Amino acid sequence: MARNVSVQTKIGFTIAAWAIALLLFSPILWVVLTAFKTEAEAIANTPTFLPQNFTLENFGAVQDRSDYFKHAFNSIVVSVGSTLLGLLIGIPAAWAMAFAPTKRTKDVLMWMLSTKMMPAVGVLIPIYLIFRDLRLLDTLQGLTIIMTLINLPIIIWMLYTYFKEIPIDILEAARMDGAELYNEIVHVLIPMALPGIASTLLLNVILAWNEAFWTITLTSGRAGTLTAFISSFSSPQGLFLAKLSAASLLAIAPILLMGWFSQKQLVRGLTFGAVK
Amino acid sequence: MKLLTLVGAFTLALAASASAQTLTIATVNNGDMVRMQGLSSAFTEETGIELNWVVLEENTLRQNVTTDIATNGGQYDVMTIGTYEAPIWAKQGWLAPLDALTADASYDVDDILPAIRSGLSLDGKLYAAPFYGESSFIMYRKDLMEKAGLTMPEAPTWEFIGEAARAMTDRTADINGICLRGKAGWGENMAFLTAMSNSFGARWFDENWKPQFNTPEWKNTLDTYLSLMADAGPAGASSNGFNENLTLFQQGKCGMWIDATVAASFVTNPTDSTVADKVGFALAPDNGLGKRGNWLWAWSLAIPASSQNAEAAEKFIDWATNKDYLATVAAAEGWANVPPGTRTSLYENADYQAAAPFAKMTLDSINSADPAKPTVKPVPYVGVQFVAIPEFAGMGTNVGQLFSAALAGQMSADDALAQAQDAVTRDMTRAGYIK
Repeated sequence: MARNVSVQTKIGFTIAAWAIALLLFSPILWVVLTAFKTEAEAIANTPTFLPQNFTLENFGAVQDRSDYFKHAFNSIVVSVGSTLLGLLIGIPAAWAMAFAPTKRTKDVLMWMLSTKMMPAVGVLIPIYLIFRDLRLLDTLQGLTIIMTLINLPIIIWMLYTYFKEIPIDILEAARMDGAELYNEIVHVLIPMALPGIASTLLLNVILAWNEAFWTITLTSGRAGTLTAFISSFSSPQGLFLAKLSAASLLAIAPILLMGWFSQKQLVRGLTFGAVK
Repeated sequence: MKLLTLVGAFTLALAASASAQTLTIATVNNGDMVRMQGLSSAFTEETGIELNWVVLEENTLRQNVTTDIATNGGQYDVMTIGTYEAPIWAKQGWLAPLDALTADASYDVDDILPAIRSGLSLDGKLYAAPFYGESSFIMYRKDLMEKAGLTMPEAPTWEFIGEAARAMTDRTADINGICLRGKAGWGENMAFLTAMSNSFGARWFDENWKPQFNTPEWKNTLDTYLSLMADAGPAGASSNGFNENLTLFQQGKCGMWIDATVAASFVTNPTDSTVADKVGFALAPDNGLGKRGNWLWAWSLAIPASSQNAEAAEKFIDWATNKDYLATVAAAEGWANVPPGTRTSLYENADYQAAAPFAKMTLDSINSADPAKPTVKPVPYVGVQFVAIPEFAGMGTNVGQLFSAALAGQMSADDALAQAQDAVTRDMTRAGYIK
């Protein structure tokens, strides 16, 4: 039965929700507005809210100096590729932990998560040396592998949580009917956990898309992603804020659109199983 | 199975095919570098060597190229480095000496300004070729100076600067007599303060690497800076760096600004600057001790010892830093846009002198800085606004934070100096300089 909520409370919560959402969105809004200002206006001491001299020249300047589409293509390959590779490894791993746990399963999960607790720069030199020796520096393959490894703990944790919500009886019923392990996972488990898998996929594409430390450090031009593209527009001497904003806007536009369209799926997946 | 095929396709796709010789060049996003990138197709046409540009923000660039060069990674064939890195990396054996270039008569290495050349050399060998050089000087508002009833000498003293800054300040009209760097960092406020301290007779270390922050010279430097900023500086100065002060000056909020000579072309550019026709220039101030408070920096091109394409890389460096390149830029974009501060011949060129009113002052500022003998008293290090040892970046930033806190009023000058002395002594002892 629904709880009785007074109109005032409802209005109060709605206002609070909007306020928080606007607060979170304000830096992005500022980037969007700045991208259409001139350099002088972008850094003016009394900031203007809306562009006074609306201009598209920043986008022209950005594309002139750098190849947006090459970087965008690299970003798509690395984020989608690493997420698919991660799911390929993560689904069987999460299956094992959810449906065939041992007494050490919890420790293994914790141990995986612990790899996320170390600052990335702590392993920079070993990773760099390995990449150098395997000739993976500045390659999309190398970036895809490192991104998979970085996000794998999150993928496994998320999938494990979703799989735990699925009654094991259904899988056992499938086994009784003679389904092999492959069929059990592909034809029974995956369709049932699809919302969870989809939200894992979306979240990891976003995480890989935004990753800046490794994508900048391990590339030098050929395999550079959009994070390296943005980084190239900052300058210690001279005006650059409007161009940097234009570059940022171009870089976040695809992922913003993707998030927009898959919003329903994302929310459903993230709250999947929260209330039974 | 579909999933597997997709993954396979993504991971196996797109191995870079390199048929022609390709050089990977790491550089920063400064105007002169961007211009070089734009003009570089001429080099490719001439030599058939393809160029792969990596443009990064200064600190990211420093981290990337340091990682690569320290691990012998070989990602880059040409690196853009400064006068701080050049002698340190050369000493480590990380850079290939530019012997062929210095031996080439048409390159005319003797034309390079002596102060810049000495900052990029180790034991007489050149390890990086200067692309553009800069010093620091005073930019001031001629109209405000006149209003204050003063005349800026060509080579003012700190006493005059203090007097002028206070006289030009008009808090009601939001005009600050002087704008100086306050943002913490070895390349931020410490570049300015270390150069300033040279003119006060201070030094980072004595001949035995003992830190000198407990000396009256440093106290005098910091007291002068803090009182000047309190009386005539802008609000919130402790977070101001080059770009923040540039904006203030361009919008007419500063009477004077002491910073990089490269700023001259920004503040006199009428599209961005509201005071473009009112700017005068003068040498950085001194105290009559024989050293001025100006620094010396050169963004330079170097070849890492790990490069597989050293010969082609040297060809590129030749193209980008020889006299012909200056003429190429002049033909394409005018003499005012030529990278300054590297060659004597540029300053003898009448066209350049006409196009750049700040040319002579820039040259005099560069010539008056001596990285080999930066201070009044002798020191065991090279570098004007820095100390060319690997430990300096960390120490400089620590001390910069203390001085920035003093500027923000969070601690006294004496506390900042005492803590700086302790911190630097500890670091130098740990690094083995102090036995």
